[in-house]
Amino acid sequence: MTMGTDSTVKNLVEALRPLQSIGQSEVTRVQSVVDLLQLTIASAAWGDAARIAKSHGARWAGVWADEHVDSFTVSACLEYRERYLLLRASVSGQEPELPSHAPFYQAADRAERHVQDLFGIRFTGHPMGTQRWTRHQAWDEGTFPLRKSFPLQGFMRDTTPSDRDYPFLKASGASVYEIPVGPVHAGIIEPGHFRFQAVGETVLNLEERFGYVHKGIEKIAQGRGPEGLAKLAGRVSGDTTVGHTWAACLAMEAAAGVECPARATYIRGILAERERVINHLGDMGAMCNDVGFAFGHYQFGRLRELWLRENQALFGHRLLMDCVVPGGVKSGLTPEGANGIRRTVRDLRGEVSELITVIDANSSLEDRFLATGVLTVGQAQALGALGFVGRASGQGFDVRKAPAYRPYNELAVIVPVETQGDVASRFWLRYKELRIALRLLEQMLAQLPEGELQADWQTPRTDTEGFAAVEGWRGEILCFVRFAADNRIGRYFPRDPSQINWPAVEKIQTNNIVPDFPICNKSVNASYSGQDL
Amino acid sequence: MAWILAILQTLLFIGGAPLLAGWIKMLKCWLQNRNAPSLLQPYRDLRKLWRKESILPESASWIFTAAPYLVFTVAVLTAAVVPLVAVDLPSARIIDVFGLVGFFALARTFLVLAGMDIGTAFGGMGSSREMTISSLAEPAMLMVVFTLAMSAGTTNLSMGMDYVLDSGLVLRPSFVFALGSLMLVAVAETGRVPVDNPATHLELTMIHEAMILEYSGRYLALMEWASQIKLMLYGVLIANIFFPWYIGRDFSPAALGQGLLAIMLKLALLSVLLALSETLLAKMRIFRVQEYLSFAYLLGVLGMLSHIILEVYYA
Repeated sequence: MTMGTDSTVKNLVEALRPLQSIGQSEVTRVQSVVDLLQLTIASAAWGDAARIAKSHGARWAGVWADEHVDSFTVSACLEYRERYLLLRASVSGQEPELPSHAPFYQAADRAERHVQDLFGIRFTGHPMGTQRWTRHQAWDEGTFPLRKSFPLQGFMRDTTPSDRDYPFLKASGASVYEIPVGPVHAGIIEPGHFRFQAVGETVLNLEERFGYVHKGIEKIAQGRGPEGLAKLAGRVSGDTTVGHTWAACLAMEAAAGVECPARATYIRGILAERERVINHLGDMGAMCNDVGFAFGHYQFGRLRELWLRENQALFGHRLLMDCVVPGGVKSGLTPEGANGIRRTVRDLRGEVSELITVIDANSSLEDRFLATGVLTVGQAQALGALGFVGRASGQGFDVRKAPAYRPYNELAVIVPVETQGDVASRFWLRYKELRIALRLLEQMLAQLPEGELQADWQTPRTDTEGFAAVEGWRGEILCFVRFAADNRIGRYFPRDPSQINWPAVEKIQTNNIVPDFPICNKSVNASYSGQDL
Repeated sequence: MAWILAILQTLLFIGGAPLLAGWIKMLKCWLQNRNAPSLLQPYRDLRKLWRKESILPESASWIFTAAPYLVFTVAVLTAAVVPLVAVDLPSARIIDVFGLVGFFALARTFLVLAGMDIGTAFGGMGSSREMTISSLAEPAMLMVVFTLAMSAGTTNLSMGMDYVLDSGLVLRPSFVFALGSLMLVAVAETGRVPVDNPATHLELTMIHEAMILEYSGRYLALMEWASQIKLMLYGVLIANIFFPWYIGRDFSPAALGQGLLAIMLKLALLSVLLALSETLLAKMRIFRVQEYLSFAYLLGVLGMLSHIILEVYYA
């Protein structure tokens, strides 16, 4: 295995080694920018691998599949002590089946059902049986969109039948009632369905139903060139365009063996931190709005708008779409531009300090935030909660800190962690992250190296695979890419942090009151688009 | 003559209510460092809604379609009997304060029924919350009424105002308590922050808005207009009961002009107070509303006690 594996990680790998598939050569090795331990597991032992990993305390991060001529490869990503571990198994093409990870890891529940709906791989022993997740009625049961036999353009239908028979959890008893909310909401937000079972105002259970913005990202990625994929990745979730594009570019660069120039990595870092600042500003404002504190909403909104306009002026796009390209970045940063950012960072710090004093002193806000929507440390750990949601509940993982990637390995990344886990904690964690992002911006501008903005692209060999992890503003983004022939993408899978964090919203809402749902939900602000793909 | 004036005053009342709503909106925008829409925006909104097609839910019964007319009519009736620019108008003699509270209750009953009529979860939720709040607000409101009635020796609004005007500027602790209580009740009953948020789009947090969520077009216009009138009603009650000075006491043009100017100024100042509190406070958690309204009730009781102890016993 890789050099420098500390003894505990070695223990896990040793424990998993007996499960390795015998007689079969390892499935191809994935190229990665972050340190990645890889093990090919015998398909029958797939469930045992999860059990062992769980017993060691590894975090389950994602699962995806890929189709070959007469077999499938299923890959599961785990993280253990800030090291990534990729488990892979080969599954036969006829009646593909694999033991489920979901009995051991809650996070695997929806992810495996997504694979099941799109590839037709059955996960045996799954707690939800063969219950569909991503599939509504846009394609029939028994057809699997991500298989090669399914046409890229799909099957067009005049009208998609309504999805009536999804078995939601039922609650019964005196004065128990149901509130179905969405997918069409009164405000301008993404579509998702929430079903509450409540007694009076207290929520007994919340069940989420998604898939309304399933865009077929994974399918339409196939056949694209590197630039095309970078553009598509920027649209996995519009508010995380830098994060996803960066992850996709890193994965492709790893596969192609292209090294991004130093100056370009710093500019990517600047773009990513600007995205973080802008989203945290927007969310803090939206959290104020959700408890009827309009003043905070408009003030944070104003500050966010100033940064969006600077984005437009410096990088040509308010949300920074398509600024990161394979091999580097699209446009550089002039010394005047850098000075402009320094100035706005200073201004923002002053304004936010003033604003946060007002908010901190407002007891009516404190009353709404404190002790509302608690995600306990235990729950967060069991789910593998990511980003500020995890960090507000004791989960201190941050890809920027460790395993770290360029340019963050040359910067002082501070990771704030709290254990309160309530709405207030998630609000203040955002504030802390915003301050840290401002400091990182200054540090990157100070250390900004000279040089090229883009490296020459090299066509990777057929079937080279790449993996990358990036800390987006919501948390860890994972990305897997396989190149087919002629520089074309064969498979693309982005794992947005929302896929992991959405179940946390269900936990957070339980035993809270119905009118507190908007603030509980906004305090997490997971992406619908990033979850539906 | 007096009756014509009474009718004109009512028209002024219902015509001016959207202006008051626009003024409050403007103040709030200024306090939030925003550009405000025109003062006339509420009128434009009403005209827009009036012209739009009304969509009725399939499950709507006659209650749903009748409720907007009923709620609006009751609002107009209430506006007709509350002295705005002049006291002693004949319309004010028809009914006393208890009747007024009854009018409010009648409108609310139909609003709540309409919320439940269509059978959506949001309507029922809004109705249940509205009833919870009003069952706590009404006793507090009645305590205020009792205090006033005992002081003035009448339950008629107009005569009560005459009493306050005749006795001149006297500091009555009972009135201070009653004023506090009525202001708290007014905020709760008109669905303003921190009890309810009239500007929200979040269905799950709504109270008043949840009940009228399914209304559109002309029905919605009537509902909106009725709640604007209700807001102004509470403003006028507070202004003219506790600070009736400069209200017109005869029907000469000078007295009426003075009365009009006075009430406009009073309402404008009250709006500043409302806008300030709406800007400074977040909406409270729904289970805090009972504490808030219990406090309003407590103030009402204190008002009455202090009246009995200080004004009756020692007088």
